[in-house]
Amino acid sequence: MLYSEKVMDHFRNPRNVGEIPDADGIGEVGNAKCGDIMKMYLKIDDGIITDVKFETFGCGSAIATSSMATELIKGKPLEEALTLTNQAVVEALDGLPAHKIHCSVLAEEAVRAAIKDYYDKNNIPYNPADFCDHDCEHCGAEH
Amino acid sequence: MRIYADNAATTRTSELARRVMADTMDRYWGNPSSLYSFGQEAAEVLYRARCDVAACLGAKPEEIYFTSGGSEADNQAIVSAAQMGKRRGKNHIITTPIEHHAVLHTVEKLAKEGFEVTYLPMDESGIVKVEDVAAAIRPETALVTVMFANNEIGTVQPVAEIGALCREKGVVFHTDAVQAAGHLAIDVAEMNIDMLSLSGHKFHGPRGVGALYVRKAVPLLSFIQGGAQERGRRAGTENLPAIAGMAAALTEACAHIDEHYKYVSSLRDALIDGLSAIPHGALNGARSPRLPGNVNFCFEGIEGESLLLLLDDKGVSASSGSACTSGSLDPSHVLLAIGRPHEVAHGSLRLTLDYTNTMEEVSEIVAAVKEVVDYLRKMSPVWKELERGERKYVIQ
Repeated sequence: MLYSEKVMDHFRNPRNVGEIPDADGIGEVGNAKCGDIMKMYLKIDDGIITDVKFETFGCGSAIATSSMATELIKGKPLEEALTLTNQAVVEALDGLPAHKIHCSVLAEEAVRAAIKDYYDKNNIPYNPADFCDHDCEHCGAEH
Repeated sequence: MRIYADNAATTRTSELARRVMADTMDRYWGNPSSLYSFGQEAAEVLYRARCDVAACLGAKPEEIYFTSGGSEADNQAIVSAAQMGKRRGKNHIITTPIEHHAVLHTVEKLAKEGFEVTYLPMDESGIVKVEDVAAAIRPETALVTVMFANNEIGTVQPVAEIGALCREKGVVFHTDAVQAAGHLAIDVAEMNIDMLSLSGHKFHGPRGVGALYVRKAVPLLSFIQGGAQERGRRAGTENLPAIAGMAAALTEACAHIDEHYKYVSSLRDALIDGLSAIPHGALNGARSPRLPGNVNFCFEGIEGESLLLLLDDKGVSASSGSACTSGSLDPSHVLLAIGRPHEVAHGSLRLTLDYTNTMEEVSEIVAAVKEVVDYLRKMSPVWKELERGERKYVIQ
């Protein structure tokens, strides 16, 4: 099989799909040209991620990694959510095929982009170096 | 429910082909090159298979070379025609941007070795124009290679017209007929085809076997060295069970070609009509002339791999030209060549039907695709932007 059972479970029954209309932070990464876009919505209360939802345009692993990433950060303090790595998402999904690793990178970047958006909106100081700004490095297409 | 709608990928081996293969293994296991009767009986089976394949194509038995499949046949035909051309100072090849990779990669390899390649212009119809071929032919053109019918979007090329033109200009004409053989009537003599490739498993024969037709007057260089099989053009002990199975399957397909064409076309048309009801989706390639079983759509706002996986959960086997399913970073070269932008090409779905499918299955496929497209669009940020007018629809 191409995907682990866990990937297929998160693909078939994605957790936290949807939109948060009054989100405190929104992050969107990826590019339609490359075939995947992830949008992450965060509700933040007292530095804690109280709710998270996602919308994804992409392949099976793009949907599964988005779903898993929301599970891993829900209820966590922002500082902890920022330590989420793509590797942690991959491990939680019992692995991804090599050519799908970039999906987990997008999931990590979507979380960081949403947190950065929250910091920006609320004038909370942060070290810009902590937020990688590149998008779609996996994709050779011109943007 | 399990519906197989990926007959362009492979077909189920027919009962007749399976029986012939088992019988060949059982009774004709001798080496056709051996002189004793075990060998000669096998040689007779091989000859009959050659006659059968030739008869289906309007060719002579001595013009048929058995190969390991369509890819090998394409490789050998193109490399041979190019090398023969080079000996006479010809270093130019004409092809289309929508060929199968067995053709494109071979041509690209020849380009690296110094051949000049012209890719014919392509528009949204997915059909080349004969006048473009005429305009591209030069005194140094060694080969024109244009597929009979496209494997992704099913469009049928004007092969007979291109054949007549090439014959008149004295240029070798090869056609990759892997998707057409057994499904469309082919007469290599009438169509002025010099070389034609086909593959056993696309018409209910076994895989791992194919054939290359080469007109008697056209020289063919050997690709695999090591023996005198296939009149010295393809070394290696013949895969007789597969060859006999393929010949039986092709004969069977050609005997029913009109009847199957009519029936499968009606399924295809119903499927195209059914899927056309999905908003912001469009058929890829001209509706006609098109392979009887080919349906290929793009749906905006979604990605093909997730579409396929969810369709599989609903029992429908299909394929897509999205990057994720092609194993590369770019979506299908065919969809890009006919002008679909990347983001739309990612949302492609190919359904390929055959006489084994039914009208009930078509209705079930339409219902399943509608449901899955709708579900995926609901979770797609791209679709939301399209709906809100923040992004422009490519397909109206």
